[in-house]
Amino acid sequence: MSKSAYSNPTKSGKLDTHIIVVWVDNEAGVLARVVGLFSGRGYNIESLAVAEVDLKKNISRITIVTTGTPQVIEQIKLQLKKLVPVHKVADFMRTDKMVIFKEMALIKVVGNNVKTNKAFIACKKFNPVILDKTKKSVVIQITALRREIDKLIKSLKNKGMVSVSRTGAVAMTRGSETFK
Amino acid sequence: MPKLYSGAEIVFKCLEDQKVSHLFGYPGGAVLPIYDELKNHPSIKHILVRHEQGAGHAAEGYARSTGKPGVVLVTSGPGATNVVTALTDAYMDSVPIVCISGQVPTHLIGTDAFQECDTTGITRPCTKHNWLVKKIEDLPKIIHDAFSVAMSGRPGPVLVDIPKDIQFAKAVYKNFSNKVSKENGKSDKSFSINEINTLIDLMRKSKKPVFYTGGGVVNSGPEASNLLRELVSMTGFPITSTLQGLGCFPGDDNQFLGMLGMHGTYEANNAMHDCDLMINIGARFDDRITGKIDEFSPKSKKVHIDIDPSSINKNVKVDLPIVGDVGEVMQSIIKTTKKNKPLFLKSNKQNIAKWWSQIDKWRAKKSLNFINSEKKIMPQHAVQRLYELTKKYDTYVTTEVGQHQMWAAQHYKFNKPNRWMTSGGLGTMGYGVPAAVGVQIAHPNKLVIDIAGEASVLMTMQEMSTAVQYNLPIKIFIINNEYMGMVRQWQELLHEKNYSESYSAALPDFVKLAEAYGCVGIRAKTPDELDEKILEMINVDKPVIFDCVVDQNENCFPMIPSGKPHNQMLLGPQDQKSKKITGKGKTLV
Repeated sequence: MSKSAYSNPTKSGKLDTHIIVVWVDNEAGVLARVVGLFSGRGYNIESLAVAEVDLKKNISRITIVTTGTPQVIEQIKLQLKKLVPVHKVADFMRTDKMVIFKEMALIKVVGNNVKTNKAFIACKKFNPVILDKTKKSVVIQITALRREIDKLIKSLKNKGMVSVSRTGAVAMTRGSETFK
Repeated sequence: MPKLYSGAEIVFKCLEDQKVSHLFGYPGGAVLPIYDELKNHPSIKHILVRHEQGAGHAAEGYARSTGKPGVVLVTSGPGATNVVTALTDAYMDSVPIVCISGQVPTHLIGTDAFQECDTTGITRPCTKHNWLVKKIEDLPKIIHDAFSVAMSGRPGPVLVDIPKDIQFAKAVYKNFSNKVSKENGKSDKSFSINEINTLIDLMRKSKKPVFYTGGGVVNSGPEASNLLRELVSMTGFPITSTLQGLGCFPGDDNQFLGMLGMHGTYEANNAMHDCDLMINIGARFDDRITGKIDEFSPKSKKVHIDIDPSSINKNVKVDLPIVGDVGEVMQSIIKTTKKNKPLFLKSNKQNIAKWWSQIDKWRAKKSLNFINSEKKIMPQHAVQRLYELTKKYDTYVTTEVGQHQMWAAQHYKFNKPNRWMTSGGLGTMGYGVPAAVGVQIAHPNKLVIDIAGEASVLMTMQEMSTAVQYNLPIKIFIINNEYMGMVRQWQELLHEKNYSESYSAALPDFVKLAEAYGCVGIRAKTPDELDEKILEMINVDKPVIFDCVVDQNENCFPMIPSGKPHNQMLLGPQDQKSKKITGKGKTLV
């Protein structure tokens, strides 16, 4: 990855996974501005979650999982802060113990009762909730970390899973503190 | 009941409140209501260009030579897409432009209507911010915000897209121009006195310091240039400037090492490479400046003063970042030094005496020298003569992009900021003619010269028609070597002299072309007649196209070849045999 056309691509630093949280005015095109910044400057987006969190002030919270060298992560934050609709930007390391990360997945399993039950048990560690159940199928909602969901989906492949729908990660700090 | 104004009227009320005196534009279906309103606002003069790209560059020339925002008015679809190059150019070079574009009526958006395009989508990556006006009530605030965003912090272009029905719709007008919108608490002035003290300490200890200044000094306003002069003469440090920063410090001053970078002087680049303290003031470590980034100034402490936090540590890791307006930072440095470290001012000149004698050795190489000819006009000679014959005037110079641009930067010495308009970041061929139009509009009685190449100038030649219409006596000084010179130079040095498509086998007769436009055409073919012809050009009170026929094979030196650090420059034809560019260097731009 050569940032400067003039220089040879050289020692690239260690890649870390970061979760960038951006508070933005919920206006037309704001997501395109944020996402366009990433694609335009060659940054990587692993997952993305966005929704309005303050209905009165029309503030949306965008959570982006990205990887990059420390220098690139720093640039991402500074470039995001320059966007006019951006209020503040927070940055967490995936390894940060003080931050909770969660993703949600909906899993549809088709089969008889025995099969769907087995699938439900396999999900047991990840707060499974049955959202829909018929004689031939079940839809299970789980919340977990990305890698846990990856693993689970792999194991459910031969247990009748026919469809999966996943969200991007959302993040929240532990304790009473909030990010200012 | 308060008075209601149409959207078109509100546009002009905003422009009046923003004290806009000139608009560069081109009419079309989706902006007709705004054009209809033009006649009612005599304080705003519209300049009709011949192509929307020209409007954009003219506004850039206007903005760069005055420090005020340039305003552009274009129609939807092709009008908007044509201005994209100019917006990108302004974005790269931090020029404040407010572009107002028409859009198809709201109910037709998204239907692939006639002359519809996703203007805000297309211009999103090449503006600081853009707006699609969906409600007439929002219009006044959006336009005033647009000016505020364009001018605040690191300046740049913005765009306001106004659908035709909004231009007809009516609303109350409210003046927001005095409200400095601190949008979302974005602050650009956050430097502390501690940082200033650390910097002064570094300056005090340094034995080999250098100032490296850029366009940020111009953007900070004329006062910043005065402060820079004070700072440089007070410290006795050598100073070099980027392409965009030329003029902030007098080009003929002894402390000035000349431009640095790919075609910078030997002394400037070597000083950058060997220094122990680099103080970057309003420049951005562009790749044309740094050369090979791993070997860029390996032994120095680097200080970076910039208003844009995202410029810090982007390309080069620095030891001391100072985020703030460069003018204010310099003022603080000067004040603090005078107050706390008066001794430093006395001791420091001996401190760096050795450094200066080293610099003088580099200087003695005279890296800008060239072999002059009595038969043919050498391009460098042409620029030098042009400089000598115009330096007594307060001359404004624009350029196109290529060899001529570098020769102009090397051989034309500027003494004031805002006198040098060139496309640096984007490198837009065709910038110079429309930019000269914009500069002449802003400075009707000044001498405005576009130092051009024959290939570049053909890209926006149609704006000569604009110059004639408004009696703008701009001088287009074409350094004509019949080649895309910089392309040819790279092909010679990097592609085994395979001059693929870089020769213009058919060129217009520029003298006749000038006459066709209603300008004056002048041609110089030999060194003997050059001076006399240049004087003739200066003395004509009409637009002039000057065809200066020069040696076709001259290359622009010195040059840092691709992939090489600052201390491995090519000085001239003799030098290049010993330092052949090979392997990886070839693949770089």
